[in-house]
Amino acid sequence: MFIQQLFNGIMLGSTYALIAIAFTLLMGVLNMLNFAIGEVFMLGAIIGLTLVKLGLPIYPALILAVIIAGLVSLVIERFSFRPLRQAPPLVPLLSTIGFSILFQNTAENLWGSERDQFPQWMEPIDFQMGPLLISSTQIIIFATAVLLMVGLDLFIQRTRIGRGIRSVAENIETASILGVDSNRIIAITFFVTGALAGASGILFGLSFSIVSPFMGIEPGIKGIAAMIVGGMGNLRGAIVGGMFIGITEVFSVAYLGAPAKDFAVYGALFLALIIRPQGILGMIQAEKERI
Amino acid sequence: MSGEPILMLYSVHKSFGGVEAVRDLTLSICAGHIYGLIGPNGAGKTTVFNLITGVYPCDLGSIRMADKELTQLKPHQIVRLGLARTFQTIRLFANLTTWEHVRVGQSQSTRPGGRGIFSLDRAHKKRLKEEAHRILDLLGLWEVRFRKASTLPYGIQRKVEIARALGMGPKLLLLDEPAAGLNIQETEDLLKTLGKIYELGITLLIIEHDMRVIMGLCRHIFVLNFGQKIAEGTPDQIRVNEQVIEAYLGKEE
Amino acid sequence: MSSYYLDLFSAMGINILLALSVYSPLATGQLSIGNAGFMAIGAYVSAMLTVHLHLPLFPSLIAGGVFAGVVGVLVGFPALRIKGIFLAMVTLAFGEIVRNFFLNFLTSLTGGAYGFRGIGNRPVSLFWIWGCVAFFLILFFFLSRSRLGLTMMATHDDDTVSELIGINVVHLKVGSFGLGALIAGIAGGLYAHYYLYLEPEFFNVWQSIHMVLYVIMGGMLTFWGPVLGASIFTLLPESLRFLQDWRGAFFGAFIIGLMIARPSGLLTREILRLDFWLPGRRGNLG
Repeated sequence: MFIQQLFNGIMLGSTYALIAIAFTLLMGVLNMLNFAIGEVFMLGAIIGLTLVKLGLPIYPALILAVIIAGLVSLVIERFSFRPLRQAPPLVPLLSTIGFSILFQNTAENLWGSERDQFPQWMEPIDFQMGPLLISSTQIIIFATAVLLMVGLDLFIQRTRIGRGIRSVAENIETASILGVDSNRIIAITFFVTGALAGASGILFGLSFSIVSPFMGIEPGIKGIAAMIVGGMGNLRGAIVGGMFIGITEVFSVAYLGAPAKDFAVYGALFLALIIRPQGILGMIQAEKERI
Repeated sequence: MSGEPILMLYSVHKSFGGVEAVRDLTLSICAGHIYGLIGPNGAGKTTVFNLITGVYPCDLGSIRMADKELTQLKPHQIVRLGLARTFQTIRLFANLTTWEHVRVGQSQSTRPGGRGIFSLDRAHKKRLKEEAHRILDLLGLWEVRFRKASTLPYGIQRKVEIARALGMGPKLLLLDEPAAGLNIQETEDLLKTLGKIYELGITLLIIEHDMRVIMGLCRHIFVLNFGQKIAEGTPDQIRVNEQVIEAYLGKEE
Repeated sequence: MSSYYLDLFSAMGINILLALSVYSPLATGQLSIGNAGFMAIGAYVSAMLTVHLHLPLFPSLIAGGVFAGVVGVLVGFPALRIKGIFLAMVTLAFGEIVRNFFLNFLTSLTGGAYGFRGIGNRPVSLFWIWGCVAFFLILFFFLSRSRLGLTMMATHDDDTVSELIGINVVHLKVGSFGLGALIAGIAGGLYAHYYLYLEPEFFNVWQSIHMVLYVIMGGMLTFWGPVLGASIFTLLPESLRFLQDWRGAFFGAFIIGLMIARPSGLLTREILRLDFWLPGRRGNLG
C-alpha cells in the first residue's frame, strides 16, 4: 500500500514539477510571478483535446497544442510584462491575474463548463511489479514528464540559449553588456514556460481523465507552492518541490482522508514560507536591502 | 577639539561573507563641527553609515551615542536619539509631497510635547508646522511644497532628502554624497545650505568625493581605504598625507 | 425598498468593507490575497455565537471581528519577514487553510460542507451594514489626515527608509494587517447574518482575489479607491447584463488594460484634491 501510494505520489508530483519549473524559470529570469500559468496548463489540455476531436492524430495534435500554449504565453509577455518593466512587481502579477480570469471565462464559454476527457488512445496494459500496480499509460506519461525535465535541464545547462537564460537570470544588465539579447531571451523563456505548462496540462488530463476550464486553478497554486517549498529560482528545487507536494497530497488523502489533502498542501506552503523561505534546496540568502 | 563627543565608534568590524568591509574602525565625532569621511570607491564609507544607523549589525566593536550603545538598538530606536541621514542614491517617498516629507520626518521625533497620534497640544502642533515652514524656507523649497517628490528635478530632490532629515530635529546629520549628480551651481548652493545648517547648531558628517565640498566645509576629515582608517586630520594635513595620496592615486613606482 | 435593491445595496456595503480590509495592509505595502479567510473566521464565529449561544447581533459581530483581527496579528508577525509576492503566497495559503479548516473541523457546529443554515430568521438590516461602513470610512478619513496615516504612506513607499526616520515599521505593518483582518471579519459577520447561510466553499481564493481587484480598480493610494472599486464591481455587472457570460472575460481584459494604462487605479490623492481641477494647475496623474 505504502509503495503504491509513493508511486502515485511521484506520478502526480511529476506533473506538479513541470508546472513548478515553468513558474521557476520565469521567476528566475524576470523575478516575477505569472499567475496565468495554471490557465496555460488548462489551455494546453483543452486545445489538445479539441484538436484530437477535430480529427487530428493524437501525437501531432498534442504537439501542436503544446506549441499553441507557448504562443499564448508570448501574448502574456506582450501585455503583462513588456509594457510593465518599470512598474513595481505587484502590477505584472495583477495583470496576469487578469489573464487568468480572461482565459478561464473564455474557455468556459467556448468549451462549456462540463468536464471532459481524452479518448482512449491506447490499450492500457497493467503490470504487476511486486506490490505495485502500474499501467502502461502511467509509464508513458511519467516517462514523458521525466524526458521534458531532463531535456529542459540539458537545454539550460548546455545550449547557448540556455546560457543566455542563465546570464539574464543572474543579472540582466551584465548579460546585455556581454552581448546577450535579453529581449529575445525573455521571449524564449516565456515560450518555453508556456509550452511546459501546456504539456503538463495534457499529461495531467491524460493521467486523471479530467479536462475542464477549471482544471488549472489548483495545479497552478500547487505549482507555486512546489516552487517555493522546493527552493526559489532553482530548477532542481522545483522538481523536488513538485514531488514533495505530489507525495504529500497522495499520502494525506490515503491516510487522512480526502478533505485533508488541501490542508496538508497549503499547510506545508505556509510553514515553508514562514520557517524557511528559501525552500528545501534554495540557497538564496535573504537579501539585505542595499542602501 | 572643543565640544563633547556625541558619537563614538570603537574598534568596529564588519564582514560580508568573508570579505572585510570595515576593519578596526575607531573615530569620534564632537558636537558643533563639520566632519568629512572620504576614501576611494568601495572603501566602506556607506557601510559605516549603515553600521551607525543599525541597518547592519556590527561583528565586533562598539558605537556609542548619548551614553547609549547603538549596536544593541534597532534602526528606528537609533535615529530617535538624534541622528538623521541622507542616502547615496536618493530615496524619497514617491507618493509624498515635499511638505509631507518634512512632516513625516517630524512625526517620530521625541521632542517635548508628546508623540501620541492623539496629541491634543495645539501649541506644539503649531510649533512643528512653523518649524517645517522654516526648514522649507532654509532650503528654498517653499514653492514646491505641494509637489509630489517623484515629479521634482534631481537637484531639488536632493534638497528634499535633506529637508526630511532636518524635520527629524537631529543633533547629528549624516550626509552620503550630497553633491553627487549636482552641477557647479547646485554644488555652490549646497555648500551654502550646509553652512546654514551648521549654523543652526547641527553637527555634520559628510561622505563626499567632491573635494570642493570636503575641503571647503570640513574641519576634520577621516580617510578610509579598504575598510580601515588610514588617516585623519584637518584638510591641510590630509592634503599632504602620503598614505592618502597613495590610496587615491595608487603606489608610485 | 424592493428586495432586489435591498440585496444590491447590502452586497455593496459588504463589498466596500471587504475592499477596505485589503486596503489597510496594502496601504503599508502588504498585499494580502487571503482575506476571505478572515472573512470566514468572522462569519463562522459570529454565526456560532448567535445560533448556539444566542448572543445578540452586535456583540457577536464584534467578537467575530476581534477574533479575526487577533488571528490577523498572529499571522502578521511572522509574515513580516516576507515581502511582496511571497507575502501574497503566505496569505493565499492561509486563506486556503482557513477554508479547509471550516470544511473539516467544528462541523457539528457549522455543518461543514453541507452548510450552516438558519443563522437567525431575519436578515440584518441595511442600517447595520452601512452603519459599519460609515464607521470605518470615518476611521480611515481621520487616519488619512493624521500623522499615523502619513507614516503608513511612507512605509508603503519605502519601509527601509521609514525605519531610518524612526518609524516603527513592525508595529505599523502588523497593526494594519490586523486591522484589515478585523474589518474582513466584521464583513463576514454581516454576510452571515444577511444571507443567513454559510458554506466554506464560498470563502475561496477567488473571493480573496475579487476583494483585491476592488482596490486595484478603484485606486490603491486612497481609501476612497476601494469604495469606488467595490461599488463599481457590485453595480456594474447589473448594467453589463448584455455581456452575459462574457463578463469574466471583460473584467480580465479590463484589468490587463488597466495595469498598462493606469496601474494605481482610478482614484489617486491628486484627483481628490479640489485644486487639481483648477485650470492652469499642472498636476500629475496617478
